[in-house]
Amino acid sequence: MRFSIYRYNPEADKKPYMKDYEVDIPSDSDMMVLEALLKIKEKDETLAFRASCREGVCGSDGMNINGLNRLACTTAISSLKPPIVIRPLVNMPVIRDLVVDFTLFFKQYERVQPYLQNNDETPQTERLQSPQERAKIDGLIDCILCACCTSFCPSSWWNPEKFIGPAGLLWAYRFIQDSRDTATDERLANLEDPFSVFRCRTIMNCTVVCPKNLNPSAAIAGIRRKMAEKGS
Amino acid sequence: MVNKPTSDMSLTANGLRDWLIQRFSAIILAIYFLVIVIFLLIHSPINFITLKNLFAHLWMQVFSIITLLCLIFHAWVGIWTVITDYIKPVFLRIFIQLLIILSLFIYFFWGIEVLWRLI
Repeated sequence: MRFSIYRYNPEADKKPYMKDYEVDIPSDSDMMVLEALLKIKEKDETLAFRASCREGVCGSDGMNINGLNRLACTTAISSLKPPIVIRPLVNMPVIRDLVVDFTLFFKQYERVQPYLQNNDETPQTERLQSPQERAKIDGLIDCILCACCTSFCPSSWWNPEKFIGPAGLLWAYRFIQDSRDTATDERLANLEDPFSVFRCRTIMNCTVVCPKNLNPSAAIAGIRRKMAEKGS
Repeated sequence: MVNKPTSDMSLTANGLRDWLIQRFSAIILAIYFLVIVIFLLIHSPINFITLKNLFAHLWMQVFSIITLLCLIFHAWVGIWTVITDYIKPVFLRIFIQLLIILSLFIYFFWGIEVLWRLI
């Protein structure tokens, strides 16, 4: 099977280029794209990509495979139409080949203060949540920060610095919804400007590509609803 | 690096307010155009007298002016969004935005003048 892979080494190449590789894959194979990449790397060790857990938990191997951002380790080759075209995550600065720079992505993540804030007295044991309260953060605590969504969001392409992006906003909503967090008002106030949240045009690319099947669009709608309820 | 973003020429400089105004104005616009379309269908073929009679009603004049205002707010928010997406040089962006705001005002007063003359 043919793989066409984006190659770019800023120290050696003037311009990025696509390089073709042939990999033998039995027709009944359940191999994932990451395994094929590792096979290619055995033959051509100059190919650079990130990967770690191999099972869709660490979020390292987000890349654009046949036009959609996905995790190489959870994308079955049998689900793809050959030739398989692999490019780095869209609209992120390329460090080398499929390795991209996450600096801005993590800055946007930092902006939503992704940690629990509680000014009440620390209890002797843990802060208890009822099952109903806990259910409110279902689908919000599972983000692995692979950047597949933010890198595929047109609003993030046009305003990467001002719009937080779907990943960051999913995290923002995760703490807004958490019954143990007492900084809800401050969190909402921090997002009031016309860009941070409201540059979302509900295109929903984020929800389409999320490899964990999360719904950042719904989280963004939730933030807007909370703001409207607060009447800010 | 990621400072509080500048929202220089958005309608209200507040994301939620802009967003709500755009959505509420959309509802008014939809109702208005529905009324017009239904009127045109009922009175087809339309002529000048029927149309003039429709706009002679006070409620229609008030409704038209409210709709015109909604259209202006709706367009202000929407076009500001598109312009800040695509036009990055600050002076060019502000210039185009000013032109659009100016034309929105002209449309508004022009619209009032048209309605006024019908009375």
